[in-house]
Amino acid sequence: MDREKLKADIKEIVEEWKTKEGNLIMILHKIENRYGYVPREVSFEISKLLDVPLARIYEVITFYNYFKLEPPGKHTVAVCMGTACYLKGGAELLSELEHILGVKEDETTKDGLFHLEIVRCLGCCGLAPVIKIDGKVFGELKKNDIIDILSHYTKQNGQMVSGVGSEVSGKP
Amino acid sequence: MQQKRILIKDTDLKKDRTRDFYTAFLTEIQDKKLEEKVQLVRVSDIGIYGKGLTVRVLPENFLYCDVETGDISRIVSESVVEGRPIEALLHKPDDKQLRLVLRNCGLVDPESIDDYIKHDGYQAIATILEKMTPEKVIEEMKISELRGRGGAGFPTWLKWKLTRAVEADQKYVICNGDEGDPGAYMDRSVLEGDPHSVIEGMMIAAYVIGATKGFFYIRAEYPLAIERVNRAVTQAHEYGLLGENILGSSFKLDIEIRLGAGAFVCGEETALISSVEGKRGYPRPRPPYPSVKGLWGKPTVINNVETLANIPLIMLKGGKWFSSIGTEKSKGSKVFALTGKVKNSGLIEVPMGTTLKEIVFEIGGGGIAGKKVKAVQTGGPSGGVIPEDFINAPVGYESLQKLGSIMGSGGMIVMNEDDCMVDIAKFYLRFCVDESCGKCAPCRIGGTQLLHLLEKISEGKGEIEDLDRLRRISRAMQKAALCGLGQTAPNPVLSTLRYFEDEYKAHIVEKKCPAGRCAGLFHFSIIEEKCKRCGLCFRNCPVQAVSGNRDQGYLIFEEKCINCGRCFEVCKFEAVSRG
Repeated sequence: MDREKLKADIKEIVEEWKTKEGNLIMILHKIENRYGYVPREVSFEISKLLDVPLARIYEVITFYNYFKLEPPGKHTVAVCMGTACYLKGGAELLSELEHILGVKEDETTKDGLFHLEIVRCLGCCGLAPVIKIDGKVFGELKKNDIIDILSHYTKQNGQMVSGVGSEVSGKP
Repeated sequence: MQQKRILIKDTDLKKDRTRDFYTAFLTEIQDKKLEEKVQLVRVSDIGIYGKGLTVRVLPENFLYCDVETGDISRIVSESVVEGRPIEALLHKPDDKQLRLVLRNCGLVDPESIDDYIKHDGYQAIATILEKMTPEKVIEEMKISELRGRGGAGFPTWLKWKLTRAVEADQKYVICNGDEGDPGAYMDRSVLEGDPHSVIEGMMIAAYVIGATKGFFYIRAEYPLAIERVNRAVTQAHEYGLLGENILGSSFKLDIEIRLGAGAFVCGEETALISSVEGKRGYPRPRPPYPSVKGLWGKPTVINNVETLANIPLIMLKGGKWFSSIGTEKSKGSKVFALTGKVKNSGLIEVPMGTTLKEIVFEIGGGGIAGKKVKAVQTGGPSGGVIPEDFINAPVGYESLQKLGSIMGSGGMIVMNEDDCMVDIAKFYLRFCVDESCGKCAPCRIGGTQLLHLLEKISEGKGEIEDLDRLRRISRAMQKAALCGLGQTAPNPVLSTLRYFEDEYKAHIVEKKCPAGRCAGLFHFSIIEEKCKRCGLCFRNCPVQAVSGNRDQGYLIFEEKCINCGRCFEVCKFEAVSRG
């Protein structure tokens, strides 16, 4: 990453929020949205710009599930483990994904294509069980559907699959 | 022909069919050259579930269900152009439901402030600013007897009155949209479907307590809700409904949005305050309550999304009208997210006092796959299970509490004979252990110990004394934990123990899981008489625990078997037994 460009980017984000109270979490959200995680050098930069100790920033990053310290895979596969999904077979979807991808929760595949994670509840319990890949939700799944869904992403390697559904918003 | 709008909801359809309907409608509209006159909108919630493609034609408000491709041309020519309803497709409303909070969802365009204003939007705040003192508003709220919809049920008027009474240079109002309960999505639907009602509710709260600044705290997992609220706030600012001198009065209010970042404990009000301040979401002891010392040490009112959405309606129709709905102590209606092993899952809204039976069997259509409903879980990880024997219980704060559960924010999960109660208790507890912030020992240590005991029981290594241990630790947590998360975390354990002790005992004494969920407490074998020797189980076993061939039949070797259940699933002749 170009250091100067990075600095300018962060400065722009921080400036927008600098004068507002309780801004740290909002700034981290912006960073996470841009880079997919919060790189260490970015935390250093925020610390300088906001004049808060680095420990304060790491304290917040490590408390909340949403913030990551490691770069994620190209596609994030999130398995919903809310109650409705759990009852309707979310755990089976997870073990199938673990089996196919060869990774456990919060790990990235060797080729960097998929990152597997568990989420609490996506708020679409009527479609249980669901998984979410990048911004797109796949509902009412059976274990056997998983391989088809994943193959869309592997085949087009790098290109988002479009065509079904409407909320195709994921971008690598 | 006047301006028309067609709303279509296709979330009930199989995923590969959704695009077709939108395109088909669009083509039909273009063919009839109606692009200028008709607006076509895809909405995510219209309040009807499991009825295929749902279509609403506005302004006539015709509502059609189970629409097929062949009906599209008729809908456009008869209903849109000529303004006539098509009787055969009309939705027959279910009179058990009462839509107060969800009144605008699916009816009002959530992205248009004009549309909201057309439906009596911002009428309540206008009337209040014109001729009501804050005391008068509190009086009206007291008559309505509205109680907090976040779960605890604290009277809203009292919360406002206490905060109003405190002298301070700055006060705040916060909308709690941190819907963390897994299996519930009431707040998401309201924020996405009717954000202006919530803003209006916040304005009324702010006017009453004397706040000039408001915050929405919304889960980051709800991007559409954030987007809609953001737009609604901007629109309200543009229309002079937020900012200085609102509607020509001296009342001023600014609203900003703050996002959660995936922490269940942040639904607790003191933890939520820390999080809005940009810090770790640690709770702190109460008192002082937020009404005295809240956000940045200033008096703060925190109301749940659903509570706020009720307020404009109460002020428009009067407290007396509101209190005529519901039971003696629980007034108004409640939105529930009915999910789990039930035929029609979805968001429902019923008057307080409706029985669980009416909800599960009449609105929900009963259990799936013809299986017997075993229990209903309410209140998420802070609630408990209510067994089928008590299904005639009415919903209300006190009535559910008496049964060892709570009203909670509105999750309602139906469970059947395939669900193991020890497993359910373990599921909720694992959630609370993961989400415990670790600040106080009863929650941090107690939760972990409870979870260990439950794991031990579900692995078949439990002792009968463990049941007492579970109860003792649970009671200690209820008494000593710092915040609501820790105090209520043992509820799922206690309520399953209360009603399903037999099931726990089966795990401990007989080393059996009656529901067949706890791996390790059952094993698989092949029933020779039913086996057709197809070899599917043999080919699918991941650890080669099935041996044999098509001539001699197959056997499962227990020493090798990992209880994954693959053979059981793939067998087409029910020839693999699990027990």
